Amino acid sequence: MPAISLAKAPQPASTDPAQIRNFAIIAHIDHGKSTLADRMLGITEVVDPRNMRAQYLDRMDIERERGITIKSQAVRLPWRSGIDGKEYILNMIDTPGHVDFTYEVSRSLAASEGAILLVDCAQGIEAQTLANLYLAMENNLKIIPVLNKIDLPAAQPEKFAAELAKLIGCEPSDCLLVSGKTGAGVAELLDQIVEQIPAPQGDANAPARALIFDSVYDVYRGVVTYVRVIDGHLSARDQIQMYSTGVRHEMLEVGVISPEPVPSKGLGVGEVGYLITGVKDVRQSRVGDTVTNFNNPTKKPLAGYKDPKPMVFSGLYPLDGADYPLLREALDKLQLNDAALVYEPESSAALGFGFRCGFLGLLHMEIVRERLERESNLSLISTAPNVVYNVKLDDGKSMIVTNPSEFPDGKIVSVEEPIVRSTILAPAEFIGAIMELCQQRRGALLGMDYLSEDRVEIRYTLPLAEIVFDFFDKLKSSTRGYASLDYEAIGDAEGDLVKVDILLQGEAVDAFSAIVHREKAYAYGLMMTGKLRQLIPRQQFEVPIQAAIGSRIIARENISAIRKDVLAKCYGGDISRKRKLLEKQKEGKKRMKMVGRVEVPQEAFIAALATDADIEKAKAARK
Amino acid sequence: MTAQLSFYVHIPYCVKRCGYCDFNTYTPSELREGGTLEMVSNDYIDAVLKEIEIARVSAPGVVPTIFFGGGTPSLLPANDLGRVITAIKSGWSVSPDCEITLEANPDSVDASKLMAFREAGFNRVSFGMQSAQPHVLATLDRTHNPENVLRAIEGARAAGFSSVSVDLIYGTPGESLDDWRSTVESALALGVDHISAYALIVESGTKLANQIKRGELSMPDDDLMADMYLLVDRLAQESGLSWYELSNWSKPGHESQHNIAYWKNSNWWGLGPGAHSHKDGMRWWNIKHPTAYKAALFAGTTVIAESEVLTPSQLADEAIMLPIRMREGIALANLSPEQISRVSPYSQSGHVDPLKWESGILQLTPEGRLIADRIVRELVV
Repeated sequence: MPAISLAKAPQPASTDPAQIRNFAIIAHIDHGKSTLADRMLGITEVVDPRNMRAQYLDRMDIERERGITIKSQAVRLPWRSGIDGKEYILNMIDTPGHVDFTYEVSRSLAASEGAILLVDCAQGIEAQTLANLYLAMENNLKIIPVLNKIDLPAAQPEKFAAELAKLIGCEPSDCLLVSGKTGAGVAELLDQIVEQIPAPQGDANAPARALIFDSVYDVYRGVVTYVRVIDGHLSARDQIQMYSTGVRHEMLEVGVISPEPVPSKGLGVGEVGYLITGVKDVRQSRVGDTVTNFNNPTKKPLAGYKDPKPMVFSGLYPLDGADYPLLREALDKLQLNDAALVYEPESSAALGFGFRCGFLGLLHMEIVRERLERESNLSLISTAPNVVYNVKLDDGKSMIVTNPSEFPDGKIVSVEEPIVRSTILAPAEFIGAIMELCQQRRGALLGMDYLSEDRVEIRYTLPLAEIVFDFFDKLKSSTRGYASLDYEAIGDAEGDLVKVDILLQGEAVDAFSAIVHREKAYAYGLMMTGKLRQLIPRQQFEVPIQAAIGSRIIARENISAIRKDVLAKCYGGDISRKRKLLEKQKEGKKRMKMVGRVEVPQEAFIAALATDADIEKAKAARK
Repeated sequence: MTAQLSFYVHIPYCVKRCGYCDFNTYTPSELREGGTLEMVSNDYIDAVLKEIEIARVSAPGVVPTIFFGGGTPSLLPANDLGRVITAIKSGWSVSPDCEITLEANPDSVDASKLMAFREAGFNRVSFGMQSAQPHVLATLDRTHNPENVLRAIEGARAAGFSSVSVDLIYGTPGESLDDWRSTVESALALGVDHISAYALIVESGTKLANQIKRGELSMPDDDLMADMYLLVDRLAQESGLSWYELSNWSKPGHESQHNIAYWKNSNWWGLGPGAHSHKDGMRWWNIKHPTAYKAALFAGTTVIAESEVLTPSQLADEAIMLPIRMREGIALANLSPEQISRVSPYSQSGHVDPLKWESGILQLTPEGRLIADRIVRELVV
C-alpha cells in the first residue's frame, strides 16, 4: 500500500505546493460520502485500524443520526502515488450536502482545486448534487466523476456513467468506479486525484491571505477556524486579523487535521488547516472571510465574502412558558456555533413569549429546532414558516416584513417576495405530477432536460413562500420519494399577496395569521377555520371562527355553545373524587391560552400549526 | 347546639350487577362460590354493628338522618336492617323527626316487606325506577318490570312511609327525548314526593362502556341530555316538585335531609365497606371489599383505608362546588370581588339568575345548572 507514515510525510508549513492536492467531495446525503471518507482514512493509514469507527468524521451525533454532515472538515492525507511513486499531501475538504448550506459549499469549493463528484450508481445524481456540481464547474474546479456502491446488486454503472458524462462533458469511460464499502477502486481514485487535480498556486512572499471555509465552536477550545492558505504564510507565533471586522486575534494554535488535530509551526501556500484564537463565537470568525497577518496585512481580501442571510422565519415558543429563559440560553449557545442563526424576542397573545428566528432554509430550521429540543431538553412549538416580504407603502416608504403580524393594514402599493430558481430531478414518469404541483404553487416552467432515457431535470421559478410550506413533503409523496429538489434565490418579485387573519370571536389570533397569495386566501381560510372548529372545545358561549382579509370575512365556522358540563351526582363519596378532579382541572386551566374570552388548549395550537407531514410523523412515532 | 351526626349505611349486595353500575356492590356468588345472600349478609350486619361501636366512642351527637344505600338494601331482611337502626338509636340521641331512608329495588319488595321495613323504623323510601321504557331498562340491564314500580309505591303508601321518591336516569343510549318525557310523566303520575334524575355517566370498566367501545351502543349525546334535563326540570316544576339541588326535585318539606347534609358539609359517618365519612374538616373512607372490611372489624384492626384533613384551599373549593348545586346558592358576600367579576357575565347570559344576583345571591338557572362545573372552575382558579 502506498501509504506514508505521518512522521515521514511532508510536514505542514514546509510542504512544497507542487506536492499538495486540495479536493472537495460533492455528493448527496446517502450516496456514501462518509463511507468513502472512512476508506480513505484507512487506506492512507492516518487512522489506526483499531481506532477506526464508521462515519469517523461526523462527530456530532445529530449529524450521524440524520446521515448528513452539517459542518465541513478538512483532513490531511499523505499519499504516495501509485503512478509516479512520489509523495503527496491530499487535503480532503468536506462539503455540506444540503440546499440550505449553498454558501458554505461555495466556500469549501473555493478552497479546493478539484472535486470528486460522487454518485450512488444505483440512484443516479440528485438535484442538490447537480446544483453543487454546477457551482464547482463555475469555480473552474477539475471534476473527477466517481460512481460509488458498485458492489450493489442494483448498480447501473453504464447508465449513470452516461448521465455524468453528459453533465460534465467527458466520456462515460472517464468515470471511476469505487465501492466505499469494499474499498474497491479507492487507491486508484487517490492516484487520479494526484494526476488530474492541479496543484495549488500562490505567492509565498505576499502578505498572508487565507480563506475561512468553516468555523466551529468547541466547548473546550472555543472557535476552531478552518482555513486554506492562498498566499503567504501563517505562523504559530503570528497575530492575525480578520479582514471583515479588522479585529486582531492572538494565534493560540495552528495545525492540521489528520484526522485528529495536530499542532504545527504554521501553514504555507496551498495548505489547509485550523486556527484557534480563543474567540468564543463563530460570528467573530466568519465563513468566507479572509485571515491575514496583523503586522503585515493584505490590502486585497479574497473575493466572495457574504454575510449569511436568513431566508425563512418562524416563531419558536416554549410549550411551558416558564422555559422562556431556558430557550434564550439555548439559542445563545447555539448561535456560538451557527453564524447564520438570527433571533429576537417576540411575544404572541396566543403563545406567550418566544423568539422570532431566521434560518437559511427549511432544513436549517429543522436542525435548529431539533438541537434546541434535544440539547436543552425543551419542548417547542413553532409557527408556520414564512419568508421575507418587502412592502411598499403609499407614503413612499417601504418596510421589511418577517412576521405576518407586522404586515401593514391597507396603504400598500406593492408587496415583493423572494423568488427561487428550483431544479427537480425525477424519473420521467412523474413529470405530470411534478408540473401539477409546481403549477399549484405559482411556478413558472423554465425548462426541462432528459438526463438519461428515463430521468429528467425540470426547472421552475417558484416563490420561496410556496416552497417553505410543505412543498418538499408534497413533492416526495407525489413521486413516491424519487424526486430531489434544489433551489437558489434569484431575487424578489411583486406578488398579489394579502394577509389572512384568523379570528376567534372577533379577536385575531396572531399565531395563525399568514401572508398568502390572494387566490389562495380562501383555501387557507377554509382550512384553518375548519381545523380550529375540530380542535377548540365548546365554550359556554357560541364562538365564531372567521378568516378575514382586513375587515372582509372570507370564511366562517361556528363552535356552538356547550350546554352540558356538570356531573349529575355529588353525594358522600363523590365529594373527595370531585374535588380532586377540580384540582386537576385547575392545573389544566392554567395551561389554557386565552384568546379574548375563549379558552384554547395548547394542544389545539400545536395541532392547528402542524402540517400534514408533521401529523404523519407523529402518527408514525406513535406506532 | 349539640353536634349532629348523620349515618350512611352501605349495603354492598345486589342480585345482579346492572350494566352501567360501577358502585361498590357485589352479587353473593361474586363473594363466595355458590353463596347465598343469607350466608354472606349474616355476619355483615354484625360487622356493621362493630363499626357503630367505634363511632359511638369517637363521634357523639344527635342523629338527624340515617340513609341505607347500596347495593340493594331492600334485599336484606327488614329485621337485619332494623338491628342497625336500633344500635344507632341506643348509642345516640336520635331526633324524633329523624329521616330514615331505604333505597329499594321495586322488584325486591312487596306490600308486606315494605310494612316490615316501616316497622323497623324507616320513614322514607327511594325506589330505583330509572325509566318507564322497557327498551331503556333493557339497555341499562335492569331487571324490573315497569309495572312493579306502581305496585311498590302503592305498597309504600299503604305501609305509611311519609316520603316516597324515585330515581331516574336520562341519556341512556337509544333513549329519545320522547322516551324521557314519558318516563318523567309516568313518575310524576305516581304521585311521588321526590324525584332524583341523573344524567347517565358511562364509567370505564362497566359492561356499558365496553358495549360503547365495541360500537354496539352509541355514547349519550350532551346536547340531548341538556334538553332532557330542561324537560325534567320543567315537568317536575309543573307538578309542584321544585328543584332544591341540581339533580333533585321535591314537594315542599320532602327534600332529602340526608343529602342536604352532604351539600352543607355537615358531619356524617359512613358505615360499611368503601363508605366515606366526614367530620369537622376530615374525610376518610373504609376498606373497599366487604370481605376485607369484615375481617378487619372482627380482628379489631382499623377499617379506614385512607383519610385526608382538608386544607384551607380545599375547604374553599368545597365551599364553592357544593352549595352552588343548591337552590339556596352562594351568598355573594362569601365571594371575593374577583370571583364576583368572573361570574358576573353569567348573570347576563342566562346561566345565573339575574334577579337573585341583584339581591346578592348566586343561584343557577336551569341552563346554568347544566354547566355548573364550568362555573365552579371559573370560581376556584
